[in-house]
Amino acid sequence: MSEPRTLFEKLWDAHLVQAATADTPAVVYIDLQLIHEVTSPQAFTTLRERGLPVRRPDRTLATADHSTPTAFARDGRGRIVIQDREAANQVGLLERNCAEFGIRLYGLGSERQGIVHVIGPELGVTHPGATIVCGDSHTCTHGAFGALAFGIGTSEVGHVLATQCLLLEKPRTMAVTFSGALRPGVTAKDLVLGLIATIGAGGGTGHVIEYRGDTVAGLSMEERMTLCNMAIEAGARTGMIAPDAKTFAYLEGRPFAPRGDAWSAAVERWRTLATDPGARFDRDVAFDASVLEPMVTWGTNPGQGVPIRGRVPEPDGDKSREKALRYMGLEPGQPMLGRPVDVVFIGSCTNSRLSDLRQAASVMRGRRVAPNVRALVVPGSQQVKRQAEAEGLDRVFREAGAEWREAGCSMCIAMNGDRLASGQYAVSTSNRNFEGRQGAGGRTFLASPLTAAASAVAGHLADPREYVA
Amino acid sequence: MTPLRCLASRTVVLPNENVDTDQIIPARFLTTTTKDGLGRALFADWRYDKDGRPRADFALNAVDAAGAQVLVAGRNFGCGSSREHAVWALADHGFRAVIAPSFADIFRRNALKNGLVPVTVTADVHARLASAPGASVTVDVESLRLILPDGVSVPFALEPFPRYCLLEGQDELQFLLSREAAIAAFESRPSATPPLQEVS
Repeated sequence: MSEPRTLFEKLWDAHLVQAATADTPAVVYIDLQLIHEVTSPQAFTTLRERGLPVRRPDRTLATADHSTPTAFARDGRGRIVIQDREAANQVGLLERNCAEFGIRLYGLGSERQGIVHVIGPELGVTHPGATIVCGDSHTCTHGAFGALAFGIGTSEVGHVLATQCLLLEKPRTMAVTFSGALRPGVTAKDLVLGLIATIGAGGGTGHVIEYRGDTVAGLSMEERMTLCNMAIEAGARTGMIAPDAKTFAYLEGRPFAPRGDAWSAAVERWRTLATDPGARFDRDVAFDASVLEPMVTWGTNPGQGVPIRGRVPEPDGDKSREKALRYMGLEPGQPMLGRPVDVVFIGSCTNSRLSDLRQAASVMRGRRVAPNVRALVVPGSQQVKRQAEAEGLDRVFREAGAEWREAGCSMCIAMNGDRLASGQYAVSTSNRNFEGRQGAGGRTFLASPLTAAASAVAGHLADPREYVA
Repeated sequence: MTPLRCLASRTVVLPNENVDTDQIIPARFLTTTTKDGLGRALFADWRYDKDGRPRADFALNAVDAAGAQVLVAGRNFGCGSSREHAVWALADHGFRAVIAPSFADIFRRNALKNGLVPVTVTADVHARLASAPGASVTVDVESLRLILPDGVSVPFALEPFPRYCLLEGQDELQFLLSREAAIAAFESRPSATPPLQEVS
């Protein structure tokens, strides 16, 4: 009988083209690479310089999301025009690269376009047991399906395009076990912000996290994606969750999911992926989810979070905390509730799926965005946009005075026209509150869609539990 | 990649913890399609004021920072985004090594692919370097030792393969390409996962 193995170890073993030697790291096979316009151009340049083809265009999928506008301007022939010349050039280059190398592209204007980590799952290209990479740190989102999925740099994008493999040192493993049901008004976003506030922005470095426990079993697939999405914000290589009946139900019937006998065989295989009883992790973290409150960040890394009814902490002589407080314009001891807000951003690969938009709409329905607030709601994909519109969510947002946009990364990365002005405060459902992340000089409070929507209505940081029935 | 065996240089000290890649190069510079010239965008929002003038109080703008090839940084350096542009910007500016108590995983991997040596040191060594900006250090990739300004030498760790690549100026892609037979054999196994296939 073989040693009990973790979910991660099973995937690692199954993808070893060549085991590590004393001199070389393991050669690991990559089942799927997702690419986008920002981190791929230089990788294609490398291919051209070396005269290399894309080894497996049938294991590569592209979309445009980072530098694309979320308010479309069109030319006389109805084509979408990107006003920013560099961004337009970058998106055009992605289109040419995909055409030249035979890569399937759901580009701007496609009804399947959207944030790369939103479209992967919704198209059913994200499979349990697969290795998935993308030149984007939030690739860990796909770990929600029991995939080994992680972000890579552009050199490695090139390696995978050319060889479908990566050279990897084996990461360590960390079990994060959540127990207890989330209270009303507390979401998967609060769960992950709570975790990172506990283990720190570097708390997962060198590790693959497996999220476990009854709390995780109780989460929907979209909530699990939110949880895995922010594993990188704890510094982890990735986060993953063993696939279960919810995973299979989510995937069944999606365009790139297997059908018929292939589906049954796949599910049979995917059921064997869960961590074996008795398997050991390098680290174990337990987290009581039942006492968690809605969370909000006060600082400039995602680990600097407190409960929404909490106060700005004392820096206690920590220079980085002092710097964060100065940047944020906050004083130790101030309550987070009631902090003024200029912009509310609901979107990003963390929180732009249909359930996120439904939550935000449940707060905004029949209410108005405060006059001092600009609210943007940016669906994660064109498909999410259509579904939301079919449910009338767009009307809820528009009638509340919020902007309803096209799909893209938008104000999470502020390289597409959507950004904060210097000094502005935003409540954002995205994943990073780094200095200037949402626009040079802009200041970000990370929170859930419920908290963001409540704050939009209140005109300042607000407790969502006062707004949900 | 230019080989790097041993590097002696003065340091620039940026002691902040959790310096993320958005600080190293803000996203608005990422619409580029090349690796060239990103040094001008390095730490742009810390280095320049709103009008593009150098901020006198930023370490990189100090007179003796010019020409320094070693950056001393705080814990968890390079966290956040996977953008390799952060490494390209550091390298284009002239840095060949970063010394820190710890590095974010993706940044560290990116650095090693571009001849930028991530040198992980203890809190004690870090404190000594952080308190002496502009001091001279030697990063010896061959012996895997860091020689501190007072002449004391401490070991640092680097996996054998990236060390070999740095010493020889090799890149990983060449090695991966040489594994073609093993990759093809892996792909032909009956248990291989199927490629993208849309089922209509």
